[in-house]
Amino acid sequence: MKVGVVTFPGSLDDVDAQRAVRIGGNEAVALWHGDADLKGVDAVILPGGFSYGDYLRCGAISRFSPVMDRVVEAAHAGMPVLGICNGFQILCESHLLPGALIRNDHRKFVCRDQLLRIENNRTPWTSAYDHGQEIRIVLKNGEGGFVADAETLARIEGEGQVVARYLELNPNGSLDDIAGVSNERGNVVGLMPHPEHAVEELTGSGLDGLGFFTSLVETAFA
Amino acid sequence: MPKPEILDPQGKAVQGALPRLGFTGVTDVRQGKRFEIELEGEVTDALLAEVEKMAETLLSNPVIENYTVSVEQ
Repeated sequence: MKVGVVTFPGSLDDVDAQRAVRIGGNEAVALWHGDADLKGVDAVILPGGFSYGDYLRCGAISRFSPVMDRVVEAAHAGMPVLGICNGFQILCESHLLPGALIRNDHRKFVCRDQLLRIENNRTPWTSAYDHGQEIRIVLKNGEGGFVADAETLARIEGEGQVVARYLELNPNGSLDDIAGVSNERGNVVGLMPHPEHAVEELTGSGLDGLGFFTSLVETAFA
Repeated sequence: MPKPEILDPQGKAVQGALPRLGFTGVTDVRQGKRFEIELEGEVTDALLAEVEKMAETLLSNPVIENYTVSVEQ
């Protein structure tokens, strides 16, 4: 599959995400925030970083970039979209995902190898994992506290839209220890930790993140 | 402003700093944003509706924030 990785001004992890896409067995296509088309990709990743300097709110300005108009359209049509860290924030600002991400409750930047549990393996990004599988990947964020009103929270819990949950400790004050959520349909997934940094033995904490990038292949041939 | 039910870590930090400076009796601090927007010509209802739209779509995130619009001549 062709997987587009969007680079915004201030993106940091776009090249790592492209590399993870290739290691996962897919073709990576570089997309620019100013692009008005998606170059025929089958899926899109919004990478981590500090797009537009995090001005106003994280993801608030990126949401209105030309490429995001196309991403929102494609997401509504069912295209798999994964937002990692800042990408997750952009998806929440775009209202493609429920809730929002606010400053960590302890007000410090956090950077650690974080244990997670995959709560939903029925999305195109998590199908390579077993339900309930525990993985350890890096988490690095200043504004990763997932919040939503009580009604929304009850709905996403009830509908199985929680994709991953923090284990051992809650690193940022996220409600219900939520590390990642999906939209109702399941094609759009946001995740605060970084699977793209855990796809090679040499440079990561292990290979636990690889499943996010091999799941697409499994979906395509399922 | 952050909605009342949303945690405001920045406000909490400010609240924590005040007693260290000798200011006592503060029970809560919430931190928000203020935008000063200058418009051409008279402020009509139509223009004001446009500003409301700006506030709702870009300036605030209605999932976590409330806003109010006021006019100063």
